[in-house]
Amino acid sequence: MKNANPLWKFFCSVKLTIVLLLSLALTSIIGTVIPQNQSPDSYLHAFGAFRYQFLSVLGIMDMYHSWWFQGLLLLLTLNIVVCSIDRLSSSWKLIFTRNPKVRPERYSKRSDARTFTDKRRVEELVSAYEPLLARRYGYCKVTRSDDVSVIYGEKGRLSRLGVYIVHLSVVLLLIGGLAGSFFGFEGFVNIAEGEAVDTIRIRNTGQIHRLDFQIRCDDFNLSFYDTGAPKEYRSALSIIDGGKTVKQKDIIVNDPLRYRGINIFQSSYGKLPPEKMSRQDMPMIGPAEEYTLKFTSTSSGMGYTITAKVGVPVDIPEGLGTFAVMAHEADAKFRGMDVGAALKGILTPVEGEPVEILLPLKFANFDKMRGGNVMIAVADQPREGFSFRQTAEERYYTGLQVTNDPGVWLVYTGFVLMITGCFVTFYLSHRQVCIVIEQLRKNSRVTVAGIADRNKLAMKNITEKLFTVMTDS
Amino acid sequence: MPMSSSQLLSISTFVFALAAFFYMAALIFKKPQLTLPARWIVAAAVVVTTAGLLLRWVESYQMGIGHAPLSNLYESLVFFAWTAGVLYLFVEFKYKKPLIGAFVTPIAFLAMAYASLSPNISDRIQPLVPALKSNWLIAHVATCFFGYAAFAIAFGMSSMYLIKARNPEKSDGIMGHIPKLDVLDELTHQMVLFGFLFLTAGIITGAVWANSAWGSYWSWDPKETWSLITWFVYAAMLHARLMRGWQGKQVAYLSVLGFAAVIFTYFGVNLLPGLHSYGKV
Ligand code: HEM
Repeated sequence: MKNANPLWKFFCSVKLTIVLLLSLALTSIIGTVIPQNQSPDSYLHAFGAFRYQFLSVLGIMDMYHSWWFQGLLLLLTLNIVVCSIDRLSSSWKLIFTRNPKVRPERYSKRSDARTFTDKRRVEELVSAYEPLLARRYGYCKVTRSDDVSVIYGEKGRLSRLGVYIVHLSVVLLLIGGLAGSFFGFEGFVNIAEGEAVDTIRIRNTGQIHRLDFQIRCDDFNLSFYDTGAPKEYRSALSIIDGGKTVKQKDIIVNDPLRYRGINIFQSSYGKLPPEKMSRQDMPMIGPAEEYTLKFTSTSSGMGYTITAKVGVPVDIPEGLGTFAVMAHEADAKFRGMDVGAALKGILTPVEGEPVEILLPLKFANFDKMRGGNVMIAVADQPREGFSFRQTAEERYYTGLQVTNDPGVWLVYTGFVLMITGCFVTFYLSHRQVCIVIEQLRKNSRVTVAGIADRNKLAMKNITEKLFTVMTDS
Repeated sequence: MPMSSSQLLSISTFVFALAAFFYMAALIFKKPQLTLPARWIVAAAVVVTTAGLLLRWVESYQMGIGHAPLSNLYESLVFFAWTAGVLYLFVEFKYKKPLIGAFVTPIAFLAMAYASLSPNISDRIQPLVPALKSNWLIAHVATCFFGYAAFAIAFGMSSMYLIKARNPEKSDGIMGHIPKLDVLDELTHQMVLFGFLFLTAGIITGAVWANSAWGSYWSWDPKETWSLITWFVYAAMLHARLMRGWQGKQVAYLSVLGFAAVIFTYFGVNLLPGLHSYGKV
């Protein structure tokens, strides 16, 4: 510790680290016992007015974001940074020097140093032993003086950086988490099948947040195992940006949709209450001169958006034939069922007879039922989910979690560094070995000793093995 | 009739019981030679458990709901016993301090017995709920449980340490066969390092999974928070060794405290509200 500033000393101390880590452990318990971020009413009910006041001053209802919890984290960060700077400045030279200073007496004076005598002369012994070290150690150097020669080997110097990598990773995690909570958001939204939204509700605060695009739920499906347990929740979502459908994806739990840094996750679902089902009719779209159509190839799964003028056939990509919009009908019927406004058109496959096709504006997936090799839909229409089974009586909404976290890459970097750093620190070590050979009158005295910065037990074995090899030869 | 995985796993419960019995007998009747067969019985228990887990995996595919046998409390308890057994055998093979088994095999046996006998725990193979359908499930559960098993062994060693530390000089009888204090201290440290690495990996894989399933890598749900509490305790323990005068007893107490946190993370959390319905009975 070169800096004698008392504040610096305070933040250098490992004692402080232990106090902080145990305090964090202890205080974290509170938030697992008292449910967090509930409505004030439920707290008032559970604790009464007086204790509620007291707890809310301490921020217990959202304790992981309270000033004192964040304060503990800040102290820990300062502790890590100061301590790392202090220690790194002294070990930097040790790690990055080109010519490490070797002090033979540091080794030969060790209690676990092994000594023996050999009849050969110093120079002979050096040439016998140097390859032994050179083979095992990345760095190997021989220093000769009048009557003493020293063979020095070391490896794993960089492993000393492991601890700093671990500590750096902790700081990265804290910064990443902070960045996320300042610049990101975490919200949710329920979307009824066929409807589109561009606002979500922020979790915890309940504020409304506007997205700069729309999310439309084209369809929601739920499947069960035979046991009745839920098997899969699947929402067909479209992203509408600037009036155009720019992305479509079916999401399930564990497979979200990502668009412009915003992640949309399947998180819950529900049935719409009956009164919501008699929703106001879709805005009627009267006849137009042209329509935007979406063609989805069944074989490739690719979707193509094409604008078609009424009465003019357009080519369908992938050689799937041509399609012409013939008419707009305000009140179309399909097999006697009322399907509302629809387009009528003619699909002419490359081979085979032309077929007449009905495209109800409200139902995006209507044409799927035909089972042809191309599915046609009218794009950018307000819609509702459609299937014969779930017409009027079963309408679902999908519950989506919508999040944005610009700090996540920092956190992930922290994760990688932490695992690497821990592994390096725990399982690699900086090992130094020294063989000191002194010329006595008739023979030479050889001393072997090793030092490791960690896992000293293993180092002892290594030195013993080296000793055996040397005395055997 | 072919044996079902549940039957195999019941057998392995008995084999673990037998191993624990031999080790305890060695300790109580001061007969260290009993640890020789005990070691092989642990190996047998691990083999049977391995077979049971693999068979369970196969059975789940035969039922058409194939998934790794790591998806409910029953399976996780069995997996815990398995990791504890494997890790113990490794320690035994590497350091040859058999009496440690007397403090480890009872834990593995208790886990198996609780899984098999508790009326609240179903050993039926259940289909995966949507939230668990992820490749991260295996990575997350496996890393966590290797961590837990290492901490369980460290806890066993620390208990030995605290018993031995009451009378370190006594070397006659069975106490003489308990490893020396400094050896126990070093072994505990090695185990905690291993556990810390895996707990860290477990928390990280959990966070990455949560981020890919729910869109946030950390939401302070009680199970997450308790795993972090455990992590803080062991981090404190690693640093405690750096302080002068903080070796041995204090570190052993922290190891016991850490294992208490592990147990709470595993079981106690089910008493609290949260997302990890996974561990629920
Ligand atoms: C959550 C926070 C922290 C984590 C996860 C962490 C992690 C670690 C780990 C894994 C080691 C290696 C331990 C070993 O080899 O046995 C270590 C060592 C160390 N830590 Fe921390 N640490 C944290 C905070 C701190 C803080 C705040 C300080 C400030 C004083 C600190 C100072 C040290 C020192 C001095 C070492 C020993 C380095 C050496 O062996 O040369 N740590 N830390």
